[in-house]
Amino acid sequence: MTIRKTLSTAVRALRRNITRSALTVLGIVIGIAAVIAMMEIGKGSSGSIAKTIASMGANNLLIFPGTAATGGVSFGGGSSLTLTAEDCDAILRECPAVAAAAPIVRARPQIIYQDKNWVPTFVYGSTPAYLEVRDWTQLAEGDIFTDADVRNASRVCVVGQTLVRELFGGENPVGKEIRVKNVAFTVVGVLAPKGANAFGMDQDDILLAPWTTIKYRVSGSSSGSSTASTSTTASSTTGNSADTTYPGAPSVFPAQSSTQSADAPMPVKFANVDQVIMSARSGTQIQPAIREVTSLLRERHRLRPGEPDDFSIRDMTESANALASTTNMMTNLLLAVALISLVVGGVGIMNIMLVSVTERTREIGLRMAVGARSRDILRQFLTEATLLCLVGGLLGLALGRGAAVMVQRFLKWPVESSVEAIVASIVVSAVVGIVFGFYPAWKASRLDPIEALRYE
Amino acid sequence: MTDPLIKLHDIRRTFHVGEISVHVLRGISLEIERGGYVALTGSSGSGKTTLMNLLGCLDRPTSGEYWLDGVEVSKMSSDARAMIRNKKIGFVFQNFNLLPRTTALEQVMMPLSYTNVGLSDREAKKRAVELLRMVGLGERMDHRPSQLSGGQQQRVAIARALINQPPVLFADEPTGNLDSHTTVEILEMFDRLNRQEGITIVLVTHDPNVAGHARRNIRMRDGLIEEDTVRKAAVPEPEKAQVGA
Repeated sequence: MTIRKTLSTAVRALRRNITRSALTVLGIVIGIAAVIAMMEIGKGSSGSIAKTIASMGANNLLIFPGTAATGGVSFGGGSSLTLTAEDCDAILRECPAVAAAAPIVRARPQIIYQDKNWVPTFVYGSTPAYLEVRDWTQLAEGDIFTDADVRNASRVCVVGQTLVRELFGGENPVGKEIRVKNVAFTVVGVLAPKGANAFGMDQDDILLAPWTTIKYRVSGSSSGSSTASTSTTASSTTGNSADTTYPGAPSVFPAQSSTQSADAPMPVKFANVDQVIMSARSGTQIQPAIREVTSLLRERHRLRPGEPDDFSIRDMTESANALASTTNMMTNLLLAVALISLVVGGVGIMNIMLVSVTERTREIGLRMAVGARSRDILRQFLTEATLLCLVGGLLGLALGRGAAVMVQRFLKWPVESSVEAIVASIVVSAVVGIVFGFYPAWKASRLDPIEALRYE
Repeated sequence: MTDPLIKLHDIRRTFHVGEISVHVLRGISLEIERGGYVALTGSSGSGKTTLMNLLGCLDRPTSGEYWLDGVEVSKMSSDARAMIRNKKIGFVFQNFNLLPRTTALEQVMMPLSYTNVGLSDREAKKRAVELLRMVGLGERMDHRPSQLSGGQQQRVAIARALINQPPVLFADEPTGNLDSHTTVEILEMFDRLNRQEGITIVLVTHDPNVAGHARRNIRMRDGLIEEDTVRKAAVPEPEKAQVGA
């Protein structure tokens, strides 16, 4: 019996009792629809939970420069000046596992507005990407400073909610002028409230400004003049400088020959940053991101194999573990629900097929009398069960997708379609058909044709 | 006559019901020539249905030998017997045994789906249509059993039995569920199949009128052949009613 003939026989047999077939299919339809809808809604929820945990910094990575040591005396973590803003740009360019990266320059100056003063916990010089890394792009008022502000070392800043309360008495600070260590800054935006972090530090107690401004105008840790424009003097000497901060700026000095530069080396103005903060694309991308960044930075810093890293990368293991275990738990929960409903649907199929075998005993006897072998009967009933399940699976798929879309549209729940769930449910419904259809089909094939023909 | 179509040698069949052995057939030897027309009669419990099941390869004898069309079939596996049933045997039952809610044409084509040498769909359909015309149902090919009378249903069953052009047709009380008028119709069809197509016909019946159509009567009693009579044109052959011709 060819496959085509088997199929058409099965279709004909199913059509002969269309009501019963439809009811059987309904069981599978509901099972599969429930699985698909659960999977999509569950995946959406788990995605949004993962996102929430990620916004708490679970997938953030911090790079600190390495330790400087002189004569056996270590100066502690972050004391060497090896990490630059260019490193940060290179990471973003060359590490696919990194979603966003921003350099950070720290300071702890006093802030003055009119007759009030305040020392924020965090005064960070960074780039607009900082807010991306921290998942903090929503501003309460105004706007974040721009990349152009970073290049120009503009005296603009964004403040957190705590500063608004302490310095401005709750009034809108956008456009107001504050002084940071006697440098006047214009407030261009107010960050949305974020509250305390895991260690109880007030994350809203923050002032964010372009890192160039903080480094060259506020910290004043650079050599020479307090203005950033002098950094061009070092532009041709070493890669470890801020030359790309002013792209296209004409050189004010004639170019030096290599002999000249060797004879009279220019004082190098380091554009090192205190740390780089970056975010991995997802919880699972944290380890790949660490590997990629490590190899990139070793190359950029020209470290020989065997030489220790001149930087260190820290991840948020605790939060990352919470993220991973939550995602795992959600997946397992969904799997359990899916399995239960499929087993229920499968038992329904088996039930109906057993009834069908009993009801069609005479037909089976007749088919055997005209030359059907037991395996033909087995195949016919298996095909019928599988066909029922497949049709039910496809309908259930459509229904489940529809339900998920409705839930998304009307209940505004997060929903995420999943190709694996679709493929799995189709495969599983076919398997359910074969597994639960096998017993009735086997029973049918074992019938004695004489008994079956006489069955009333 | 060369080798007979059916040859039984000392066929015995014993059923075990619990610890009791019931000897239903107790040594039957029998030959049926090609083109024969045999009626199997006997009271209830005489073993004629069991013999019929053995002849139809639905059952295997406990001992003895059975040659059908020159092949020893009594020791064959169930799959091999299924093949024999498909190719060499046509069955007609008392209760017609048509598939419910299936058109006459599909009923007739059904055995072909278990035949190995695949006919194309068109050939299969052509053959089925021819058979239905022959049994006089050319107009009712897409009727379902519920739309057919008893006689018409039995004619569909006969067409189905003939689809694989078997040399022998076994009919178990083929007229048991039919009224006298339809009985005559069906019997005339058997006569014609036997005479014109040369198909060997073996039928089981209680009705002496039905048995009278056959040229040979075998009466059974207690698992043995009691009487085996051959009649030469016992019934005048009515040429008037050519059913479905």
